[in-house]
Amino acid sequence: MRAAVRLAAWVYAIAIYGFIFLPVVVLVLFSLQATSFPIPPFTGPSLRWYQAVLSDARLTSALANSLLVAVLSSLASVTLGFLSAWGFARFVLPGSAILRGLITLPLTVSYLIIGMGLLVLFNWAGVPKSLLAAGIGHVVINLPLCFAIIYSQMGDHQINIERAARDLGAAEWKVLLMITVPVMAPAIFAGFFLSMTFSWDEFVISFLLTRFETTLPVEIWNLLRSGLNPKTNAVGSLVFAVSIFMVVFFELTLLRRKPA
Amino acid sequence: MTSAGNKSRALPWALVTPALAWTLLFFVLPFIAMGLSSLTAHEGGAFTLANYSQFFTDPSYWRAMVNSLEVTAIVTVISILLAYPFAWILAEMVPERWQRLALMLAVLPFWTSYVVRSYSWLLVLAQNGVINRALTGIGLIGEPLQLANTRFATVTGFVHFFVMLLTLTIFANLKQLSPSYRKAAADLGAGPVRTFLHVVLPLTLPGIMVGAFLTFVLCIGDYITPQILGGNNELVMPQLVMMQIGRRGDFPLASALSIILMAVVTIAYLACARWLKIERA
Repeated sequence: MRAAVRLAAWVYAIAIYGFIFLPVVVLVLFSLQATSFPIPPFTGPSLRWYQAVLSDARLTSALANSLLVAVLSSLASVTLGFLSAWGFARFVLPGSAILRGLITLPLTVSYLIIGMGLLVLFNWAGVPKSLLAAGIGHVVINLPLCFAIIYSQMGDHQINIERAARDLGAAEWKVLLMITVPVMAPAIFAGFFLSMTFSWDEFVISFLLTRFETTLPVEIWNLLRSGLNPKTNAVGSLVFAVSIFMVVFFELTLLRRKPA
Repeated sequence: MTSAGNKSRALPWALVTPALAWTLLFFVLPFIAMGLSSLTAHEGGAFTLANYSQFFTDPSYWRAMVNSLEVTAIVTVISILLAYPFAWILAEMVPERWQRLALMLAVLPFWTSYVVRSYSWLLVLAQNGVINRALTGIGLIGEPLQLANTRFATVTGFVHFFVMLLTLTIFANLKQLSPSYRKAAADLGAGPVRTFLHVVLPLTLPGIMVGAFLTFVLCIGDYITPQILGGNNELVMPQLVMMQIGRRGDFPLASALSIILMAVVTIAYLACARWLKIERA
């Protein structure tokens, strides 16, 4: 009886793993297809579709745009998030709870609605669709995240270290740069990394707010119009590889570090 | 007294103002613009409630909301039912030193791009895709099944995503349970089944509620999965919103539909708010 339950549990776990991995395996396998349709039977392996992706100027420039938007919007998010978290954690401000609530409010609203709002506003104000507009939207979704992560990590012992520095005569900017930022580095890095991955993968806001120059998810979306295509498999597999690289990098650099 | 406290009251405001200004300018103001836009006519821009009344009188719009709620409910229930036993097996049966790896593997496809993940399911479910080929290959069915462009495909794509998400949250929940609860139940004579039903399950219920709410919010607001996998046979609310922008450039109607969608999410939030009290550590 016991053994039967254990066996059933393992079969179940393997079935769920199978379900989780099925689409990814199919994606990557048929990115190596030699013929023009990513459907069985498998005719590869061949790298021709990867070649097609890398020689497609629209895709490569979209990839560069995505990286640019991800890096710059994450830098802006983490800077604004850090400064406000520091302000709220270190000083008593009137209406602090409400203001903190305001900063985290965008977390509760779907990307579609945030994008719609910006589209309507920019349309009225005459701001043209652009990567900058999409980047502004990405800061809206990532700033609350950075703020929440960094704010939650600002503990009392860090206040004491900062006080010690001030008592020893350090100027405010020196305290910030030489004490607070290094002490808060893991939280700052976590906020930056999460913002990067969310911006890198964000579709709806970029779709609504960009026109000619666009990001990779939007360009992949445009590829989907041509139906099933091994080229889409290849670019999808490349994006997956980049994300896995980022996750493993994050895991190795940040999470493995033992807390002091 | 710290010197910073005396120096000036300007510093703290200088720190928090940029973030507040950004939120006001690019989140609150757009929301107001959307609200105003929803109250204007598409042609001419005169004040009107027509965009809202259209939703309540046109059965096809109403239908999209019903579809959204149905799909979201189905997805939430199936995802929890699949993820809970899986998370339990990972937390209880996998040896401690392999757990981290097992969990990382279980959420690995989480890191594929969202658009690409939906497309991958299209590959699996297409007319001549992997599943249909396999089923006809072993002679189980004669004709390929219509799997893509159906509600089934939308639900499958969503469940795939949310099983991963919920496995993470439920796993974390199970690991936080102190083993002494279970030992106490066993000492008092409860078998594994009773311990689970009367101790483990009730203690993890708040975590499940948070996960369910997260699933609800993300699922009902998503445009990508229903558009790629469900096609245009059966529209959900986000598709209806995008359609107003894409085909007709009707921002006022799209704004009204977005606000209605947000209102439904808010109502759902208020309805389960008392279960969503996330305790501070």
